[in-house]
Amino acid sequence: MKTLKSFLLSLLLLASAPLMAADKLTIAAAADLKFAMEEIVAAFRQAHPAETVETIYGSSGKFHTQIQQGAPFDLYFSADIKYPQMLAQEGLAASAVKPYAFGRIVLWSQSRDASKMTLADLADPSIRKIAIANPKHAPYGKRAEEALRSASLWDKLQDRLVLGENIAQTAQFVQTGNADIGIIALALALNQELASKGGYALIDDKLHQPLEQGFIVTKRAADNALAKQFADYMGSAEARRVMVKYGFVLPGETLGK
Amino acid sequence: MLNPSDWSAVWLTLKLAGVTTALLLLIGTPIAWWLARTRSWWKGPVGAVVALPIVLPPTVLGFYLLLVMGPNGVVGQLTQWAGIGLLPFTFWGLVVASVFYSMPFVVQPLQNAFEAIGERPLEAAATLRASPRDAFFSVAVPLARPGFLTASILGFAHTVGEFGVVLMIGGNIPDKTRVVSVQIYDHVEALEYAEAHWLAGGMVVFSFLVLLALYTLNPTGRKK
Repeated sequence: MKTLKSFLLSLLLLASAPLMAADKLTIAAAADLKFAMEEIVAAFRQAHPAETVETIYGSSGKFHTQIQQGAPFDLYFSADIKYPQMLAQEGLAASAVKPYAFGRIVLWSQSRDASKMTLADLADPSIRKIAIANPKHAPYGKRAEEALRSASLWDKLQDRLVLGENIAQTAQFVQTGNADIGIIALALALNQELASKGGYALIDDKLHQPLEQGFIVTKRAADNALAKQFADYMGSAEARRVMVKYGFVLPGETLGK
Repeated sequence: MLNPSDWSAVWLTLKLAGVTTALLLLIGTPIAWWLARTRSWWKGPVGAVVALPIVLPPTVLGFYLLLVMGPNGVVGQLTQWAGIGLLPFTFWGLVVASVFYSMPFVVQPLQNAFEAIGERPLEAAATLRASPRDAFFSVAVPLARPGFLTASILGFAHTVGEFGVVLMIGGNIPDKTRVVSVQIYDHVEALEYAEAHWLAGGMVVFSFLVLLALYTLNPTGRKK
């Protein structure tokens, strides 16, 4: 009986341990941040070796809905600043909405050299499948649609488009060769593994609305000191260096080339 | 209410489930018959392979299908050589995936039905000089009718309920691969809850009616 009691007690302690350790951080980040955020988190961890930082990547729209429904995310990095703004209006943010970067879209292919291609080259009939993120809810997909519309290609290419659930899946469609070419985030195209295969070409950002990205500390993390520290860390020289390395244009710097 | 793109997703889903069920009855019946009658050592391994999709996450199936049917995969090279092109992001790609995905839901009820017939009716048919083929079509198939009904309903319904595999190899193309489950997902992602409710609620009603039909029309049939 006594052993059972102490067993149950230790179970209880085990179960409550995560609650007591407040310094745990869960970050929900848009899929385009996959590689950049990993480096930033690794650098942040050096200064905070004892803390746990977990990062979950996915589509910005999905995270928005999940946070509305009480998902346990402390920081939310969206590829479209509109989503955190909506959460802030609903009182679900514990910080101001902070713009952290502008994203860029690129043409990227594995099977052909995309580095000298322009959008107009997509009309080439030998290109059978073109991957973009779903414009209905993925920020990069919306900008891809706008760019294709500005280039008067949207209607013409309709039956060759395949839609990724988020920008990472879009890149994966191209990487597996199932799509001949794709419009993906520059941040992903600059990742070593993708960059080593095939080239990319920047798409003129005058063809689409700016991809302004923003983050918030969520309401549930209002008392989480680590969340505040990470939010501040995003403004550090090291974090900015990583963001620039992955092709993001930082707020306050000139948009464009 | 449902907009045209919702209706197109509904129609596509019914088409996919219909084609898949028809194909599965063709492919699944001989497999089920063999599984029910054989004493071969292979019965265990083949039965296990057929049942795999019940256990495997759809992502496993989606991942391998994407690679195998892609330009560097065995099936992809075969389909390109045959002039069909690549299967991912096409309706027929989804049909291939659904056939694997829903296979156990057709084969297992059929196998159970065939096993329930036992040896006697077939031996009787043989003594009346019925050929094995004749015995199969005039004795086994009619006796296994409840099994065919269960297999068709479950195969159809399970294909309608497919999501993970479609998301991985479909590419969300209207009229080709954007089925109802994906359309609902898109509505939710785009925060269009009203539209999502119409389709999702419709799915609940549909699924309930299908299961109700299964349990009332076929009370003695084996369910699994």
